[in-house]
Amino acid sequence: MKLFYHIGRYFMLLWIIVQKPEKASIYRRQIIVELDHLGLESLGIVAIISVFMGAVVTIQTAFNTDHPLLPIYAIGFATRQSIILEFSPTVISLILAGKVGSRIASEIGTMRVTEQIDALEIMGVNAAGYLILPKIVASMIINPFLVVASMFLGIFGGWLAAGVTGVVPLGNFVYGILFEFDPFDVFYALIKTVVFALIIASVSGYFGFYTRGGALQVGHSSTRAVVFSSIYIIIFNLILTQLLLV
Amino acid sequence: MIRVENLSKSFDGQPVLRDVSLAFVQGKTNLIIGRSGSGKTVLMKCLVGLLEADSGQIWYDDRDFSSLGFRGRRLIRKELGMLFQGAALFDSMNVNDNILFPLNMFTNMSHKEKQQRVDFCLDRVDLQNVHHLYPSDLSGGMKKRVAIARAIAIKPRYLFCDEPNSGLDPPTAILIDKLISEITSELNITTVVNTHDMNSVMEIGDTVAFIHRGALWWTGSRKEILHTGNNELNQFVYATELMRTIKPETRP
Repeated sequence: MKLFYHIGRYFMLLWIIVQKPEKASIYRRQIIVELDHLGLESLGIVAIISVFMGAVVTIQTAFNTDHPLLPIYAIGFATRQSIILEFSPTVISLILAGKVGSRIASEIGTMRVTEQIDALEIMGVNAAGYLILPKIVASMIINPFLVVASMFLGIFGGWLAAGVTGVVPLGNFVYGILFEFDPFDVFYALIKTVVFALIIASVSGYFGFYTRGGALQVGHSSTRAVVFSSIYIIIFNLILTQLLLV
Repeated sequence: MIRVENLSKSFDGQPVLRDVSLAFVQGKTNLIIGRSGSGKTVLMKCLVGLLEADSGQIWYDDRDFSSLGFRGRRLIRKELGMLFQGAALFDSMNVNDNILFPLNMFTNMSHKEKQQRVDFCLDRVDLQNVHHLYPSDLSGGMKKRVAIARAIAIKPRYLFCDEPNSGLDPPTAILIDKLISEITSELNITTVVNTHDMNSVMEIGDTVAFIHRGALWWTGSRKEILHTGNNELNQFVYATELMRTIKPETRP
């Protein structure tokens, strides 16, 4: 029963969030601030993880596809497909759920327990809309850019690993990267990313907004935001894959 | 004027407010007093709509706040100012932006006019050159004064103060009390103050309502409070040695 209570309250919160803003210009300014906080500040960790994961995927693929019938360029091809279809949109979104989700939940949760949200509501501000909507919009705008950057950096990491370790000749690796490239794969990855961004920002915002108590409960909200965002990302990954690729 | 009629509220079947009816007068500082856990904070939260009462009505002049929906209440809330116990300043904004916030959100004033209003409000609470400071840089008393400045920035009709001088040293507490009282008279607004501090009662209590075990136990003025025969109120009023020394029957 508690699950239905949370689902109902989550959708009621979403309804409040999408109410007409008091002043659009303030929301626009807030979106720009959030683009920086939630997006650009995540670029570093996305870049590091992407380069190393790309390198690892290349080496793993090379060592696990050592078969005379498999062409050597298949390593580049498999690396590209792994990164574009799954690693960049899904794994990076899971990482962002940890970094950005905990930030959103703890920021809003702290505002709740220190009565800052009450202060907004007393002023007549739609507190849920003001605090959560710019985060959702900013995440849905910036996360696709982060994922595209991750794709390039992941493939670059694979190329680097191929060059440094010599597990595959660079020419073959690049041929595999370009082999039968379908732009729809990137489109599919970006659709997933946008949905995951909505999940991360709204679920984390929900847990932050309904925090009750003190510092301990802010920590709980933050943890629950990460756990539930990650679970929903995995579930929606399966659903979207079924809908878009099959 | 704010009127409360037969307000009741309970949590998990435990009554916290029982059929409370009282009125808060315009241009006066109206105090709600009572022991910790007596229900006065719940009453204030019901008044501003942060908690939903189980039954009863709340009237802001001739507008029935309790029957209004989300949008209707937002219109009335734009006329409210509130000073929270912990000040509730926005951590991410400096003092200037905290006071600018309601002006940016609800007025179409030019940038210059808004800045003049911020300067006026800060002057009014006797703070200068603090515009660039963040809440974490301020003392408890300064936070309360900035919160008052933010509350009066959009010229509210109703001002609510929840334990305005808790955690403050006596001179600063008196300063905050006087500020609230002066602003109430100057702007001719309806001010409701929640407190358990008898110094505040004696300093600024134009009207006083005593809440005990969730019920309205007594109403009167700060002069009358010293002469009441109400036992529970007397226990509250004369709880400290200082108050006992001025108890009327003990005077020579």
